[in-house]
Amino acid sequence: MSVNQTIEVAPAPRTLGTRLRGLAGHRAVWPLLALALILAVNGLVSPGFFSIRVVEGRFFGSTIDILYRAMPTAMVALGMAVVIGSKGIDLSVGAIIAICGATIAWRIHAGDPHVVVLLWALGAGLLCGLWNGALVALLGIQPIVATLVLMVSGRGIGLMINLIYGGTNPSFESPFLQSLSVGHVGLIPTRLLLGAASFAALWLLLRRTALGLFIEAVGGNARAADLAGIGSRLVTYSAYLISGLTAGWAGVILTADTHISDPVSQGLYIELDAILAVVIGGGSLAGGRIHLGMTVIGTLIIQALATLILTSGVPPEYNLVVKAVVVLAVLLLQSDDARAALTRRNRARGSLGGGSPGGGSPGGGSPKGGRRR
Amino acid sequence: MTSDQPPRVELVGISKAFAGVPALDRVDFTLHPGEVHALLGENGAGKSTLIKIMTGALAADAGEMRLDGRAVAVGSTAEARALGISTVYQEVNLVPTLSVARNVTLGREPRRFGLISWRAAREKARARLKRLSLEIDVERALGSFPVAVQQLVAIARALEEDSRVLVLDEPTASLDAQETRLLFRILRDLKAQGMAVVFISHFLDQVYEISDRISVLRNGRLVGSAATAALPQRELITLMLGRELERVEQRAAAAPKAAGAPVLAAEKLGRRRWIEPFDLVLRAGEAIGLAGLLGSGRTETAKLIFGAVRADSGRLTLDGAPLGHASPRRALRRGIAFCPEDRKAEGLVLDLSVRENILLALQTKRGWLRPLPRDEQRRLAEAMIEALGIATSDAEKPVGQLSGGNQQKVVLARALASKPRVLVLDEPTRGIDVGAHAEIVALVRRLCAEGLALLVASSELDEIVAVSDRVAVLRDRRIVGEIAGAEITRETIIELIAGG
Repeated sequence: MSVNQTIEVAPAPRTLGTRLRGLAGHRAVWPLLALALILAVNGLVSPGFFSIRVVEGRFFGSTIDILYRAMPTAMVALGMAVVIGSKGIDLSVGAIIAICGATIAWRIHAGDPHVVVLLWALGAGLLCGLWNGALVALLGIQPIVATLVLMVSGRGIGLMINLIYGGTNPSFESPFLQSLSVGHVGLIPTRLLLGAASFAALWLLLRRTALGLFIEAVGGNARAADLAGIGSRLVTYSAYLISGLTAGWAGVILTADTHISDPVSQGLYIELDAILAVVIGGGSLAGGRIHLGMTVIGTLIIQALATLILTSGVPPEYNLVVKAVVVLAVLLLQSDDARAALTRRNRARGSLGGGSPGGGSPGGGSPKGGRRR
Repeated sequence: MTSDQPPRVELVGISKAFAGVPALDRVDFTLHPGEVHALLGENGAGKSTLIKIMTGALAADAGEMRLDGRAVAVGSTAEARALGISTVYQEVNLVPTLSVARNVTLGREPRRFGLISWRAAREKARARLKRLSLEIDVERALGSFPVAVQQLVAIARALEEDSRVLVLDEPTASLDAQETRLLFRILRDLKAQGMAVVFISHFLDQVYEISDRISVLRNGRLVGSAATAALPQRELITLMLGRELERVEQRAAAAPKAAGAPVLAAEKLGRRRWIEPFDLVLRAGEAIGLAGLLGSGRTETAKLIFGAVRADSGRLTLDGAPLGHASPRRALRRGIAFCPEDRKAEGLVLDLSVRENILLALQTKRGWLRPLPRDEQRRLAEAMIEALGIATSDAEKPVGQLSGGNQQKVVLARALASKPRVLVLDEPTRGIDVGAHAEIVALVRRLCAEGLALLVASSELDEIVAVSDRVAVLRDRRIVGEIAGAEITRETIIELIAGG
């Protein structure tokens, strides 16, 4: 293995310039590597992890399961990536999910056609985005405070919606909504198709119009963006609308799965996983860049890790700490500073030990340091 | 007079560069005890870098600092304080909700058995304020006092018992005339006690009132240092505005061109506490210079014309039709483009690529629903890189990695890419090297010849003389004169600035 490493690593030290130019490429390398590593360990821990069978007319297997479970978080994280790109943050996404769930149960009990219920739910998400956007973009409240308002009040709003027709945690039946969430089209789970379609739609919205560029410009330097004629208020507003809509969409999937409106715990702490996914995907909380694809990778890392912890036989009491440690490792792996520090130590060790393979190659130690983990 | 005494602080051959761009180039600076030494220069001249080196906030790349004849290495602001060098920065770094006593002693509270002794803190605060002849209730919240008192509290906080040097960065910026008098009285007291004071200000009359000696920085170099009494105001202005373009050819034809049709006209345009109402007409193929000292209203005029700041009186007309209320977006859509003075804070999005930065204004003009096709984006970026000679390995490089001169060209490229009829340039050559400087001046002249209406605000007098067909001269936020053609010389402009 050490031979392989040396061969693979050899081109890296060539110049610093190539490394800088390939920064975009590098950004993708580390999260992908982390995902591959976690999946590989999964494969070692549980034999048959990578096998995909057809059961009851649909794909079945651990990897499919990871995608399936990751989809709602991925939707939320995509919206979060947009908001973070605008130099904001949206803490209210979990609460938006709760509101959407309550809205669905309410409208189904009210007897609306279920397609209309879907529109109600998405509309509720959009309305939440409208509220957040108004606080941040129009009133100029700091995003973390502004979205905290809805984060705190949203679950209460969900409970109040339940009160409209006098239920506590009212359940419902909706073949249509359930088919969106837990059904399958051909061999493929419907929600994966919907997730892919939503991703494509969001990508088109950001990258095939100038909206993505405008959001990134506002997130990078709002004053400069304003002087370049980009109305930074409207652009910021749009980011919260997108986040509200994607959270609403995740709310539909999650609520249709459990078919119950449970505002207290539905989507609890999902905002934290979403923020984590964006950051693991290489997004900076300082704003200025949106990485949609990498955000999905970040979500998959979190989900694959959750699966690994469950199947590895680590006592459940250790779960959260193990998760935190692995996440920290992934983040360190991504950090140029941390890798540089690792390189220096490796190099120092190499020069002391003398014969350590590749230890003397300048700049080549960092990928190795990562891979050795 | 005071120069007979040995100097308190000597800076010898100080150089400092940021990312390869020199901010200070072999600067010498000497400060005597009992002297108020004014440090002058335009934005970016290197004043604050020099101060930061003196007070330990920055380390010099080269040069030596001596304190009372002894070489010292000031590694941090704390070390500087221990050496008796106290600084009050431009923004008052105090907490308005805390009491005066707490503000004065913040971070250095007197302790008793490891706990803060509030009684001792109050005593300490009173003693320090007394040194500035300021007797106020130290238990009241700082925010409840006028700004002048807050400024004095900041000075009291900065002054240790053994302070020997006091650095004041624009201390009078937010003070009115009476408050300034109070501050100056205290400065004279301190001076009499042997304090050496560095005084940074852009108010020339205040400099003449309080300072014993004046040093002028320009583009990172010390261009002059003289006793205040021996430096007439006109000479000082000449020093400050400099002669950077000596090697660049002067304007070919001094005779006024046949000016084109008026494009953009300001009628009694003004904004309270920003700029006095003014009239200004921009014509196609004509370059108008805005000359004046720092704080005279150059940037303010430029921003009002572009619409970055809304006017509260008068109006702007484009081709004779009123422009309505101004905004950058509206201005761009109507063919008015702007390159701001501070390219890092207001010009560029540093994380975005050269291509994306160049694209921004044109894309705004088209609206977000009509994105410029990727191929056209690339063509545009490459054409601009070629036309302006932007030194970058490729168009996808984050613009933050470019040198200052090339960043400036990207700002210019963005404005030009939006195909403007009117171009407003604020300090188009700030902080860039001489080569790039000449290129940009040549480019501005070419654009003008191609029929663009230009407005160029600059602190470099020779730049103004080189590019302008007409010059509006500003003093104290007012246009005090307009000259054209053969009248445009350094001398006439300085005369107008000095109020002659």
